[in-house]
Amino acid sequence: MNKQHWKAFAAWVNGTAPERATAPLQELPAKRQKKHPPKTDEARRVRVFSRIYHMTSLVVCLSVVCVLLYTLFHLPLFGAEDNPAVNEVVERYVTQGLTETGAVNVVTGMILDYRAFDTFGESSVLFLAVSCVMMLLLKDQNNTSFADILQLQHERETEREISDPILQKVVSVVVPCILLFGIYVVLNGHLSPGGGFSGGAIMGAGLILYSAAYGMDAVSRFFTHKTFRTLTATALLCYALSKAYSFFTGANDLPSCIPLGIPGAILSSGLILVLNICVGLIVACTMYGFYVLFTKGEF
Amino acid sequence: MEFLEKMISLRFEIAAFLLFGIGFMHLLVEKNLIKKIIAFNVMDSSVFLFLASQGYIHGRTAPIITDGITDASLYINPVPAGLVLTGIVVSVSISAFFLALTQRFYHRYHTVNFDEIMILAKEKDVD
Repeated sequence: MNKQHWKAFAAWVNGTAPERATAPLQELPAKRQKKHPPKTDEARRVRVFSRIYHMTSLVVCLSVVCVLLYTLFHLPLFGAEDNPAVNEVVERYVTQGLTETGAVNVVTGMILDYRAFDTFGESSVLFLAVSCVMMLLLKDQNNTSFADILQLQHERETEREISDPILQKVVSVVVPCILLFGIYVVLNGHLSPGGGFSGGAIMGAGLILYSAAYGMDAVSRFFTHKTFRTLTATALLCYALSKAYSFFTGANDLPSCIPLGIPGAILSSGLILVLNICVGLIVACTMYGFYVLFTKGEF
Repeated sequence: MEFLEKMISLRFEIAAFLLFGIGFMHLLVEKNLIKKIIAFNVMDSSVFLFLASQGYIHGRTAPIITDGITDASLYINPVPAGLVLTGIVVSVSISAFFLALTQRFYHRYHTVNFDEIMILAKEKDVD
């Protein structure tokens, strides 16, 4: 190791080095070498520690895998009918699900009726995750320096300059189809494979594609931070209220005034359609929110 | 011979356990935070594979009731599908949170190497 590298390293650590964020990738190998400092006590201790750490993690990992592989001897065969997981709960869901929930798709009937509270938790987890990401990454007056604003402006200008006509033409044809398909998957969640989560993810992907082709400004014409907050909070509240109603009637043995309808019709299965739309909105907003926050840090 | 047949029948479970091991090992050993997150996602996927393989039953169809036949011996187990859905949502949320934290680390220390972050954090504490 020569002294120059060490001086550069010290300058970088002290913050007196030239801007590193713009440093090219070729610097990486030089940085690798810096990780072997001269043989002091500290360095030796670190090396011993890392060797012990690697050995221990290997042992822990191998023992976990061995325990897991040992359980293979006690697992039922793949696809066996006498799998203990196929118990009376499953039988009840399949045989009574259609009459009790009105949903043709048993999985949807299960997650949005029998286990709807669990799904409410899931939607809240998504909301919580996007809130945390927003707390960490959202740029506002408090955590944005002048350099950040300049860089954002620069990025916006380059985005406008390099707009790709081929991509934009393809996207203008494809994105409506993607959004339509997403809406179809959400609305048919109780009739066919899909539902709020998958449909919402499809719609979110469509939005992301649109903003990748036309730039964030095009999407922020109709989808701002305010829209995001309103949609997500309204959908969660709507979910909570409709499920509270069905819990109230169910727990007190009252008849629900929401008809289950004819199984197989689009307006059937009571609250499941509403819940699917709520979940779909939350997921779509969350997906697009993640994308926007990670790329720009603002809506 | 019987043992071999059982192992071949349980191939999805074996794959899931091995994937879990690979993900776990990398989660512990990798220094790059992004690679740690990828390893975490591999672990998640192995759990989903295991759950999905436990729900399958030979010769039965997906649990979407066709022609109004509600016979439990015609459809596969719907419960693991719901559990996998829950798992995917939680995994996506956790990944996003980890990635956001990593981005903040990068803004502060200009590196995603966990060891370097530790060293830099120690030195900043001294100041």
